[in-house]
Amino acid sequence: MVPDLFPLAADLEAARSQMAFTLGFHIILASIGVAFPAIILIANYLGLKRGDAVALDLARRWSKVAAVTFVVGAITGTVLSFEMGLLWPEFMRRFGDVFGLPFALEGIFFFTEAIFIAIYIYGWKHLPGWVHFWTGVPVVLAGLGGAWSVVAANSWMNQPDGFKLAPDGTVTDVNALDAFFNGAVAYEAPHMILAAYIVTGFLVASVYAVGMLRGRRDRHHRLGLLIPLTVAVIVTPIQFMVGDTAARSIAKDQPIKFAAMECVQTTHTHVTEYIGGRCTSDGVKGGIGIPGLDSWLVGFSTDTEVIGLDTVPPDDRPPANTLLHLAFDAMVGICSVLILLGLWLGIAWWRKRDIPKTPWFLRAVAVSGVAAIVALECGWIVTEVGRQPWIVYEVMRTEDAVTQADGVWVSLAVVLVAYTALGVATVLVLRTMARRWRSADEVDVPYGPRPAANDPPEAPV
Amino acid sequence: MSSADAVAAVLWFGVTLYAVFGGADFGSGFWALVAGGSERGRRARALIDWAIGPVWEANHVWLIFMLVTLWTAFPEAFGSVMSTLFIPLSLAALGIVLRGAGFAFHRVAARSSARRLAEAAFAISSVLTPFFMGTVVGAVASGRVPVGNAQGDQITSWANPVSLVLGALFVAAGAYLAAVFLVSDARRFGDLELVGYFTTRALAAALVAGGLALAGILVLRDDARYLYDGLTSEGLPLVLISFACGLAALILLWRRARRGVRPLGVAAVVAVIWGWASAQYPYLLPQTLTIEEGAGASETLTAVLVVFGIAVVVVVPALALLFTLDQRSVLEEEAEG
Repeated sequence: MVPDLFPLAADLEAARSQMAFTLGFHIILASIGVAFPAIILIANYLGLKRGDAVALDLARRWSKVAAVTFVVGAITGTVLSFEMGLLWPEFMRRFGDVFGLPFALEGIFFFTEAIFIAIYIYGWKHLPGWVHFWTGVPVVLAGLGGAWSVVAANSWMNQPDGFKLAPDGTVTDVNALDAFFNGAVAYEAPHMILAAYIVTGFLVASVYAVGMLRGRRDRHHRLGLLIPLTVAVIVTPIQFMVGDTAARSIAKDQPIKFAAMECVQTTHTHVTEYIGGRCTSDGVKGGIGIPGLDSWLVGFSTDTEVIGLDTVPPDDRPPANTLLHLAFDAMVGICSVLILLGLWLGIAWWRKRDIPKTPWFLRAVAVSGVAAIVALECGWIVTEVGRQPWIVYEVMRTEDAVTQADGVWVSLAVVLVAYTALGVATVLVLRTMARRWRSADEVDVPYGPRPAANDPPEAPV
Repeated sequence: MSSADAVAAVLWFGVTLYAVFGGADFGSGFWALVAGGSERGRRARALIDWAIGPVWEANHVWLIFMLVTLWTAFPEAFGSVMSTLFIPLSLAALGIVLRGAGFAFHRVAARSSARRLAEAAFAISSVLTPFFMGTVVGAVASGRVPVGNAQGDQITSWANPVSLVLGALFVAAGAYLAAVFLVSDARRFGDLELVGYFTTRALAAALVAGGLALAGILVLRDDARYLYDGLTSEGLPLVLISFACGLAALILLWRRARRGVRPLGVAAVVAVIWGWASAQYPYLLPQTLTIEEGAGASETLTAVLVVFGIAVVVVVPALALLFTLDQRSVLEEEAEG
């Protein structure tokens, strides 16, 4: 038996916290893994097409950064695969064969990605320019396919399909394809992929904005800012429309999640849209209310009925409604501000073929990366916490899915320490690389070029 | 062959490739751990870096492949194994995090103290992860994982003689494969001294792994009778093939042969893995859950086989390209590498 060293108890809260923390960490790396290769290839393309050495150099350096983030993303993703079983064995025992197929497909995409990213990152020296460029293209495509597949599994949890339940709860009539093409994937997957491009674009641009604010105004920084920023500002307005469609679909298909996001307590028409505020059982307190707007957003008419939380028993309602409401508002708010930032850039470029002169523009870009990550995490909170108390919406409760194993609190504590160290180390390593590049020193990375055989393999320590 | 059997074979295919390629990568970490701080030890570590750099990520994907195939095709077994063996599997996952991070960071680390920390994380976790995976295999093989959510004993299911011997065997077998691979890598690298260095280590690891395999069979006889009976009947031809290949590889190593050691060494490990499979057949979890009982919905099994077919068409050529470029030393900085 287990010794009584720790307060060991199978614990839902510990399992949920561990899953939330590890997923919230991985989603940043995964986004970079999905979108960064495309941005690198744009720089690579410009470099080859125009014979632009600066653009080629950016692509080289970025591919070394991607080498590090890809490794961290791969290991944090592996942990998630373990956690599916370590934390939620009942969920997997019951539904593994229903929604496992997207993961199997994701496996193919991940494999393709891992193989070609190795060839691309290690191939700078020996492969001819355009051949090398094309070895990067499968990485971009595999990133899109992989993201789509993984999100298909998640959207299945939100809108389960492809099986029937016998009266005793047994899963029958499994149809893995119907599960893959569930009702939510068509908007959830594009929403996530666009988010990946927004996060990566603004994040990379923000690094160069900080450099420019510190007086490094060379072409290197200008191009390093403009390539990712252009991608991000083009994608952001599209994301706004996709997100709007997603919210309307959620109002229809997962009405309780929508009611929690908007803090709609009772089903009615002419529902007020609140921005900010606390969610109480009497509705939103302290927010800015726009009468009728919520109904209008759901059905393009203030007469649209919005389903309230009171349609289900209290046990079936999501927890932390204020958090959900604020997370939703923050996501939409940040997206709106980022669109304005794009307009600012667009107008300046249209009139002067240049980025806006004021340092305030660079300051805005400098914080846009972190802002985009906050929006990403908020969106993830809305979709995951908003589905609670269900792990499979209206089919299986999270509390029925959790492991009966002892010691989840211990593993949560270890994970918190290990991931904090991992996050800090990743940032430190990337900063070290940047510092060495500034002093024109080459850096060895896991996918970096191998040292020549006749070089001393390692400097004496 | 039923579709459940076919998917089980696919799963075993993944297990085999992970054991060979992932095992060799872990084994390289073992040699990095014991290389020491001497000049020769540093050169050995540099060779290990150079050898596994471009391929270790792709090799690692086989683990994901195994997990995903297991939970999609055999969800009952997946949930039972992952919950009863929560502790060793959590530790294996932690090892994977430390190992990946250590490997990714050690060449970039600014200060030598940070670099040593990253190297230590890589090396130590390269030993811990296969050890805990071995204890998991021991738990399954000795029938200590009942069906259900954490229905087995959380400690003794994996802290038992079979598990501990298999844990040690996993470490030794990985070290053996790694040393065999590193002998040819050292040749490609152009360092003849390291060729000798890793030949000696391959011989030592072969003897240790062989000894542990024999000890394992004795422990199985006492503690995992079903598997023992299988290994000495249906599995016997494969056990003998493994023994013959291992012995032949040992002789070639001893005679410093340039060819044949790698395929024979790999064959020895592969034969043991398939010997285990044939000994355990038709059980997923010996004597409690058969492949047929544990299999998921039949349509899903068909879909997994289709996906596997796509994977063979897509991944195998890509993987072949990666290994070819790597072995021709295209994936590196200098031409004379």
